[in-house]
Amino acid sequence: MLETEVRVTIELAAEHGLTAEEYARVLTILGREPNLTELGVFSVMWSEHCSYKSSRAHLRRLPTRGPQVVQGPGENAGVVDIGDGLVATFKLESHNHPSYVEPFQGAATGVGGILRDIFTMGARPIAVLDSLRFGPIAPEVGTDAATAARNRRLLDGVVRGIAFYGNCFGVPTVGGEVGFEAGYSGNPLVNVLALGIAKKEDLFFARASGEGNPVLYVGAKTGRDGIHGASLLASAEFNEASEEKRPNVQVGDPFLEKLLLEACLEAMQTGAIVAIQDMGAAGLTSSSCEMASRGGVGIDMNLDLVPQRESGMSAYDMLLSESQERMLLVAERGREDEVLAVFAKWGLDAVEIGRVTGDGLLRVRHRGQVVAEIPAQALADEAPVYQRSIGAPAPRDEARVDVSLAPAGADLTPNFLRVLASPAVASKRWIFEQYDYMVRTNTFEGPGAGDAAVLRVKPTRRALALAVDGNGRWARLDPRMGAKAAVAEAARNVACSGARPWAATNCLNFGNPEKPEVMWQFSEAIDGIAEACVALEIPITGGNVSFYNDTLGRSIDPTPVLGVLGVLEDAANALGMAFRAEGDIVILLDGLGENAATATPAGDAACFASSEYSKTIHGVVGGLPPAVDLAAEKRLIRLLEAAAREQAIASAHDVSDGGLAIALAECCTASEDFSVEVRIDATRPAEHVCFGERGARVVVSCDPGRVARLRALAAQYGVRAEEIGRVVRGAFRVACGEAIVVNAEIESVREAWGGALKKLIESETGGT
Amino acid sequence: MILPGGFSYGDYLRTGAIARFSPVMGAIERFARRGGLVLGICNGFQILCEAGLLPGALVRNTGLRFICRQVHVRVENVETPFTAAAEAGQVLRMPIAHAEGNYFCDADTLAELERNAQIVFRYVTAEGRITAVANPNGSLSNIAGICGRGRNVLGLMPHPERAAEEILGSADGAVVLRSMIASLARAGAVSA
Repeated sequence: MLETEVRVTIELAAEHGLTAEEYARVLTILGREPNLTELGVFSVMWSEHCSYKSSRAHLRRLPTRGPQVVQGPGENAGVVDIGDGLVATFKLESHNHPSYVEPFQGAATGVGGILRDIFTMGARPIAVLDSLRFGPIAPEVGTDAATAARNRRLLDGVVRGIAFYGNCFGVPTVGGEVGFEAGYSGNPLVNVLALGIAKKEDLFFARASGEGNPVLYVGAKTGRDGIHGASLLASAEFNEASEEKRPNVQVGDPFLEKLLLEACLEAMQTGAIVAIQDMGAAGLTSSSCEMASRGGVGIDMNLDLVPQRESGMSAYDMLLSESQERMLLVAERGREDEVLAVFAKWGLDAVEIGRVTGDGLLRVRHRGQVVAEIPAQALADEAPVYQRSIGAPAPRDEARVDVSLAPAGADLTPNFLRVLASPAVASKRWIFEQYDYMVRTNTFEGPGAGDAAVLRVKPTRRALALAVDGNGRWARLDPRMGAKAAVAEAARNVACSGARPWAATNCLNFGNPEKPEVMWQFSEAIDGIAEACVALEIPITGGNVSFYNDTLGRSIDPTPVLGVLGVLEDAANALGMAFRAEGDIVILLDGLGENAATATPAGDAACFASSEYSKTIHGVVGGLPPAVDLAAEKRLIRLLEAAAREQAIASAHDVSDGGLAIALAECCTASEDFSVEVRIDATRPAEHVCFGERGARVVVSCDPGRVARLRALAAQYGVRAEEIGRVVRGAFRVACGEAIVVNAEIESVREAWGGALKKLIESETGGT
Repeated sequence: MILPGGFSYGDYLRTGAIARFSPVMGAIERFARRGGLVLGICNGFQILCEAGLLPGALVRNTGLRFICRQVHVRVENVETPFTAAAEAGQVLRMPIAHAEGNYFCDADTLAELERNAQIVFRYVTAEGRITAVANPNGSLSNIAGICGRGRNVLGLMPHPERAAEEILGSADGAVVLRSMIASLARAGAVSA
């Protein structure tokens, strides 16, 4: 054993989050006992957050290949070819646990971390999206006033944190989603997606090589913030003592990260950098052993040389610190001065702290001693891979729930307005106006403008579209179907902007993987994602798994979140959701094609209880999610791309949360002052028709002169195109056959939808 | 000279507080004294106030939050090199994106600004009326932009450069840039 003052025992290992078996494995790898520093290093690298030990066995089932994939999972971010010699790199990541403990910094550093993952690849970040979940922000059954108030504070802190980091760094936050369910009260979810662009030849990887090459530390100084952020915060459940975890939360400086971005991109241009990786979870430890392991080499470094923000830090502190805005890179021996000069120009610390060796070991020195010596591969790649037990739950009662319906011909307007004003559905303007979504002047469609964010790619004619989607409620009721639905919805959203869905990233948010039911949910979700991605030809290029989202033994709803990237050949064809002209024809496109007319009414009833309407109006969540028909989704997606290319439609918006009536309302509220009058199916119960959430449907509007072309295209793609009404001004009307079931002045629709979130968040009592 | 928007020095201490000590500011001050055109946008406006090239200060929005949205401003004075190509009273749609855009000055300064026609842009409704609802950040007298006595230095919180292409939501901001180019052309500095 190498010398430290503390004797390592199996109990100390347990305190570090290592099981007895894992500790035994450490002993075998080292051939001796580890010292405290080495124990710390193993505990972070083998934590769930860093090693993926519970998820790896299942993640292998995800489809990761395709002709457009330049780099799949395994590097800091996935990379796809987007034409014109350019590549896009993008990834979703979670920062859930830190955001519960310290919402502002937790969310801010979540943004910082994913941005670094992008620019460490040599790409300039051009957009950020976020997918958030909180508990209810107004008291309801099961959520008292104090909990609702805390949820409002979390929402407020998280949004301010994302805004603080993204705005100052100078990347537009252009979209996202937010959901509110009781299961997230103790475990908010903060998933952040970042997208970057690079020339294909400018891509960088994190594979150390070249014995004797210098290892350089660049960026912010190292302090004690965030120690054990990965192993003890992100890889464990919350309990009453969780407040004490605040020192485990990292602290961000977006301005410094902006300097770091510019310095890194400039230094990469010198040609003197061999490999580079950001210091994220487990900072100096993970960046060094991962780069070494990927390259089949070792790294020998001296912590005395690390720029330090605090005095008296031990080797343990420095190796485990998660201080932000730092990178580790390997330069070509003899050319390191070129690299150091660039960082000096940008006012950043840059120091040679070690070198690449041929012995495959991570060797760390401090104060003249070797304080850690561990095979890099063992740390980075030989964490145990667990086949945790999987146990499907007993069939639930809620699988057989029926929602009582209003009598035929009843006025559904009050219910319609209530659903519109529910936090999940209402306008998110209160949130997105805090994000600078215009910076860099490339945002064609920002938050609220369409189903996907659309950014132009100068100097080409191209644009990229991005959407993030997940539905925890549906994934709880049926994990496989809920996951399939998330993929389908994100792809459909991208298609609604006129883009072709091209590749995907995912963030899988689940509870404690040591519970067989959670592992069953995970495995089912993986299968659902795989099935959908294969059917829709969208490879997964990378992503993130966040386990242990539990508090006091209760897990969150399984929440697989999907981010889909799309490509628009001509940015001029980008579509939004807003109606554009009075008199335009409103058409409902249905991927089920002519089968749409005979789709099972029994199916509608079985899944109505899983809808937003059922939850908001009846307080009931149960049944099953609507069945996802991937072939239907694919036909619809292809049709939308074609229709956009030919400029056959004026707007497109998919039917999702809240159903058709809500989708129609959103097409109106996104416009300056248009409204709509439609007549829809009278053969089924009005509430199913107006508020049912079956997928593979999109509401489009068309100039009357282009309807014939759209009909022809729809027939060609096997999609049903049903003319349901017109864009008007004044009244918002939905008729089922002869009965007018929703009838409101457009002003009251705008008011219900527009002001709800602000009223709820900024009130003391949450609106009761 | 254009001092663009951004987060110079990370807004450490106070927006623009450190930038105003940047070595280049000396050159900008001399340039302005000689009558050179200086445009400060958003953070640029904040820096000009911190440096004393424009009176007053930009403090925190009354709503205490960052706001990114399209607003309308009215051109109050067309006798500046930044607005000569616009019509008096013209309403321009331009975006704001700031957390400290609330213009403040003392009563004497305000009186002087009004006396000398130094208020160049005010927040208004789409129809051109000055109302509280049209004011996104609580600025004194709905002030969105002002110029110095010499007319050659102007600061405004909205972003004309983000409103120079229809495809991005508005091209109204281009008139500010066109006015500057025309003014420089007349002075023989550039060919228009």
